[in-house]
Amino acid sequence: MTIHTINKEAIYFYLEEINDPEVPVLSIIDLGIVRDIKMSNDELEVIITPTYTGCPAMDMISATIKIQLATLGFKKIKITQALSPAWTTEWMSEEGKRKLKEYGIAPPNPKQQVCDQKLFAAAEAVQCPHCDSYHTHRISEFGSTACKALYQCDDCKEPFDYFKCH
Amino acid sequence: MNQLLIDYTLHLADNSLILGQRNSEWCGHGPVLEQDIAITNISLDLIGQARNFYQYAATLINNQSAAKVSPVGEDLEGAATEDSLAYLRKENEFKNCLLVELPKGDWAQTILRQFFFSQYQYLLFQQLQDSKNEQIAAIAEKSLKEITYHLRWSSEWVIRLGDGTEESHERMLKAIDGLWKYTGELFEASSYELGVAGNGTGIDVSKLKEPWINKVTEIFSEATLSIPGEVSIQTGGKEGNHTKNLGNILTELQYMQRTYPGCEW
Repeated sequence: MTIHTINKEAIYFYLEEINDPEVPVLSIIDLGIVRDIKMSNDELEVIITPTYTGCPAMDMISATIKIQLATLGFKKIKITQALSPAWTTEWMSEEGKRKLKEYGIAPPNPKQQVCDQKLFAAAEAVQCPHCDSYHTHRISEFGSTACKALYQCDDCKEPFDYFKCH
Repeated sequence: MNQLLIDYTLHLADNSLILGQRNSEWCGHGPVLEQDIAITNISLDLIGQARNFYQYAATLINNQSAAKVSPVGEDLEGAATEDSLAYLRKENEFKNCLLVELPKGDWAQTILRQFFFSQYQYLLFQQLQDSKNEQIAAIAEKSLKEITYHLRWSSEWVIRLGDGTEESHERMLKAIDGLWKYTGELFEASSYELGVAGNGTGIDVSKLKEPWINKVTEIFSEATLSIPGEVSIQTGGKEGNHTKNLGNILTELQYMQRTYPGCEW
């Protein structure tokens, strides 16, 4: 297969199979990490952006993309990290949000709800992914990975991760 | 001109790396689990910032010079990388401000230092977003989102401890006493900061002092604390003159690469 016989949509389709190593239910496409794909004569360039500055998954994601595309027959693959515009949870697909909830992680709220939070502001209302109650409270603003906060449901009592709006 | 940009980029990287390394000492030792996770998350963000700056500095260095000895470090051979810049430069080649290298101290000192630094970074990166240098601007824009969290978290803790129990208040007073003299350096421009401010890449850091003092005063007044009067300030870190603390950190940070050069896992 040469670059000329495959189009961008097909590449996206194959990248859809690569999951985030820390949130394995989401593909890198769901997360909005893949910003662009450029094809030149013999080179394929994939432009990705980190979710958080220190996200330790980026190196692994880059390596996985290279392997995945190499198995498709691409020889020259370049991964470029773009920092600007900065990644936002607004780029997460609706499908991604649905998958997160099913997996037990509350998906990010829309951006406008949390802009410019004041000190000691009441935590934003986050829906429990298990029983759908909004009677929840934040246990910790920082969670098991940079992108998550820890919440607990006041109705079903289950603790859960919330994928922070960012 | 390029050397100024390299030095400036390394200065920004070193600030983030050293504070990230310091905060990471809390890993497994935080006062409660949630705050242990919070401070180590902040470490991760800071080390991420450092990586971005080091990667950029490495590109600049490699473009500039094919010389054997790197212009920024005696022990650097061959092409510079983010790793060689972090692991193979000597103490006097680091350009971080003194504030970030001081010991983590107790929780009050860690919190107060984070608050001072996050407030500084917040003001600085807000302006660097508009830097004429696209890469500096992009890193600033990206980092600012996380710095906003760091600032909110550390501001809340300053208030909680300052306006908390008798003991927590006392500890904050002690932390202020220990740290305040190191905050002046943040606003004293080094030669390379002045250089990059002149061409629109950096900014005039002395102009950040007033808004910084205003924000600190605001949070302190809620925390029933007050800022000290004039004290003589400690400087030198930006130019490579460090306290003994940096040597201690680097000994640990660079141990593997110094002992087993080129080791990977």
